[in-house]
Amino acid sequence: MSDTVSDAPTAGGAKKVSRISEAVIRIAGNSQDGIQAIGGFLARLAGRSEQEVMTFMTIPSTISGGPSIFQVRIGSGEVLTSGDDADVLLAFYQHSYEGHINSLKKRGVVLYDSDHVTPKPEWENDYRHVGIPISSLTVEAIGGTAKDKGKNIYSLGLIARMFDLNVTKLEKLIGERFTGKDASILNNALAAFHAGYANSPSNLLETFQFAESQKKGVPQVVMNGNEAIAFGLIAGGVRFGAGYPITPWTDIMEILRRELPKYGGSFIQCEDEIASISMALGASFAGRVAVTGSSGPGISLKTEAIGWAVMAEMPLIVINVQRGGPSTGMPTNIEQSDLNIATFGGHGDAPRVVLAPANVEDCFYMAIEAVNVARKYSVPVMFLTDQGIATRIEAFAAPDLEKVCQDITPDLTPVPAHKPYDLSASDGVTQHVKPGTRILDGKYPIATGLEHDEYGHPTGSPKLHMQMNAKRRKKLQAFGATLPVPKIYGPPEGNVLLVGWGSTEGPLCEAVDRSRAAGDSVSSLHLRHINPLPNGLENIFSGFNHVFVVEMNDEGLYGYGQLGAVLRARYCEAKIQGINKTDGLTWKVKEILENIKTKLRQ
Amino acid sequence: MSQALTENPVVPINAPQPVTGERKGLTKKEIAADHPTWCPGCGDFSILALYFKLIEKRKLWHEKITTISGIGCSSRFPYFVQSHGAHFLHGRALPFASGVSLSRPDLHVFAFSGDGDAFSIGGNHFTHTARKNIKMTLVVMDNQVYGLTKKQTSPTSPLGFKSKTDTWGAVDYPINPSKQAIAVGATFVARTSASNPNHVLATMEAAMDHDGFSFVHCLSECVEFYEGAFDAANPRKGGAFNEIPKTHDVTDELAAYKLAGADFPGNFGIFYKVNKPTKNVKEVEINKAAQSKFAGQKDWQILQKTFDRMK
Repeated sequence: MSDTVSDAPTAGGAKKVSRISEAVIRIAGNSQDGIQAIGGFLARLAGRSEQEVMTFMTIPSTISGGPSIFQVRIGSGEVLTSGDDADVLLAFYQHSYEGHINSLKKRGVVLYDSDHVTPKPEWENDYRHVGIPISSLTVEAIGGTAKDKGKNIYSLGLIARMFDLNVTKLEKLIGERFTGKDASILNNALAAFHAGYANSPSNLLETFQFAESQKKGVPQVVMNGNEAIAFGLIAGGVRFGAGYPITPWTDIMEILRRELPKYGGSFIQCEDEIASISMALGASFAGRVAVTGSSGPGISLKTEAIGWAVMAEMPLIVINVQRGGPSTGMPTNIEQSDLNIATFGGHGDAPRVVLAPANVEDCFYMAIEAVNVARKYSVPVMFLTDQGIATRIEAFAAPDLEKVCQDITPDLTPVPAHKPYDLSASDGVTQHVKPGTRILDGKYPIATGLEHDEYGHPTGSPKLHMQMNAKRRKKLQAFGATLPVPKIYGPPEGNVLLVGWGSTEGPLCEAVDRSRAAGDSVSSLHLRHINPLPNGLENIFSGFNHVFVVEMNDEGLYGYGQLGAVLRARYCEAKIQGINKTDGLTWKVKEILENIKTKLRQ
Repeated sequence: MSQALTENPVVPINAPQPVTGERKGLTKKEIAADHPTWCPGCGDFSILALYFKLIEKRKLWHEKITTISGIGCSSRFPYFVQSHGAHFLHGRALPFASGVSLSRPDLHVFAFSGDGDAFSIGGNHFTHTARKNIKMTLVVMDNQVYGLTKKQTSPTSPLGFKSKTDTWGAVDYPINPSKQAIAVGATFVARTSASNPNHVLATMEAAMDHDGFSFVHCLSECVEFYEGAFDAANPRKGGAFNEIPKTHDVTDELAAYKLAGADFPGNFGIFYKVNKPTKNVKEVEINKAAQSKFAGQKDWQILQKTFDRMK
């Protein structure tokens, strides 16, 4: 919001109306206050107003209650991150106020519930304080004690007034949200919203108006990463899945359980993690790429079966919504510490594909890519996202569904003969015929975890073991060769190249923008294909003096994070260094910038 | 709408089979694949031979059969049969077979397992596959010993059985598989013995015809590591093969539980058989209800409706 364009004429008693191109709003309260709902409304409104939006949230891992925040950044131009510092902090409690005042920009507005918060005089110079008795005004508006229910919607009204948001669109969103519920609930919500909106602007010190969006005319959809993955899988033709609940993967299985029946598919809740991957593999064997997924410990439990899928060459998609580890770790925090288990997890030589989408939109399209890669190369695909991207809401251009949706119904046409592990196949790429397919020479295949001959029958032959290992390796090398060289963000040569993967694309690009604005020579490279890696990275690295691999994982025994170690092993490049952290939170751009400075001083 | 896996246009197996004029039933020679790797005298040979006989007798086609197993001596089974086979992980044959069953109603799903595979490492799956009543036939070849790893105590080894892990004799109480199956909600529970081929065949046939999860507990002697384990159940060895009385009501859960609990050699035949809707049918019903709102629409149009609400 720093880029205030101009002061518009005073309207409705507000002290000042500023035109802005973006705003970061942080809402802090407890997890049961419905602050995610406010954030969700704001994100959807931005999507419908053709603005860019990105959100960030934390949730406690306790069953009920506990401090929680939701941050939303709305911009008329490009929005790469959910923002380092907030322009407005909405604080419901004393702990919200004291705990998050540091996330507010100097001279930012702290909008607090004066029923619960006593402002600290020493902060009143640095931050502009606006106290409104949100709790009691909500009760006044909708009656009852209602245990603070409705104050989120009241606050939405306040924010709508403060940012001159489109009331009609918000009313429509509130209506959609409460569709099918008792009419009195919707009426109460609207009453709370209007009461909040009716607050005299003079109470708000300053109001704001967003500049016209730069991407007018592009219809958008608004969703979080977990939703984008689930719908991407459906678009990709996946019609069977199996899973076991674990945070933060659970949303995906809930969505698929609810949605797949519409398409004639099923998602089965299993007794445990091992059963779920086994059931998914059974369905893949039966004819169509299936999905399973998990987080943290659940992924560890699935590794034996992933090894089977590699050996048996069975297509499968394993979604891994990473969280803090090891063991039960930090279930509701973000971390990128599963690259190793995704790439190498399990015993034996077990090459598999590892993909890592860079943003919410990418989750949708990459899920379709995962389906196609799994099918084409008959291989398990690990799909690495994380807690941050799972719950982050973004708006993106609505996909052309007629074009992207695909039908992958198995073909059961009889074949004359079939070798499931044909060693003469080009690049080692083979596919299984599906059960139900008649094989005219009467020789039927076995999908197996034992080392096998070309028909899938067991062998102890050293020669066949080497040939089959080569087959399983070569097909991934062939896939790697099809990958385009990733684009560099910023100039292709310079002093510092930041390398990232997965959900950190936004902060890295913004770090590049800010560095370059400050006159520093920084570019970034984002990897979405982790295993195999795309070719040509060595040429990119050669254009820079320093290559810093920025990851949310530990620097490891030898000083490199998980991707950093892979890149060093692959390229023997001494200038590859790591910038790592494991604080359980997404990268702030300023943290990256500070780390670059520190590294360059070393 | 694309072809739904749970509502396959391929004829479900419990529907009347079409007349297949040109194809004759398969011969044993056509069904047999690799020569079994079992030790000479192993009870598993008999069960394999009777599986062939079942396929022959019931005129099943190669391509319609899936033979699925986990790990163990018994679980080498799929390699010996010309059918679409899968040799899966130790203990996990049931969830794998469930994935096949729930996505392909047109296939016969047979899982073959052993006592360690089904009741020890795979014990959890035994419980849950049974309670969900997923349509398939599970045959557990129980030799009361770990054979492939050469004589360790198994979950069905009787107290006092001397193994390499209990040289002084087994101290852990064995489980009773049939009682367990009844208790967790299996809808077909039968016990047979490899030493009585006609009984095995009749039991497997009844299991195959059952619409639900059918469990066949089959004693199968390991001549290498537990010779003579089942002599008491073999009339040729001076034992008694006690068939369940014809008067037994197979829908009487308590009576079934009592019959299954008899001391060794116990009773043979069908302890329990009830008809309950399978998970397969329930999932199809869920799908029908969900799809009724989208009649005639393509998949992308259904997804478009969802996306329209996400704007």
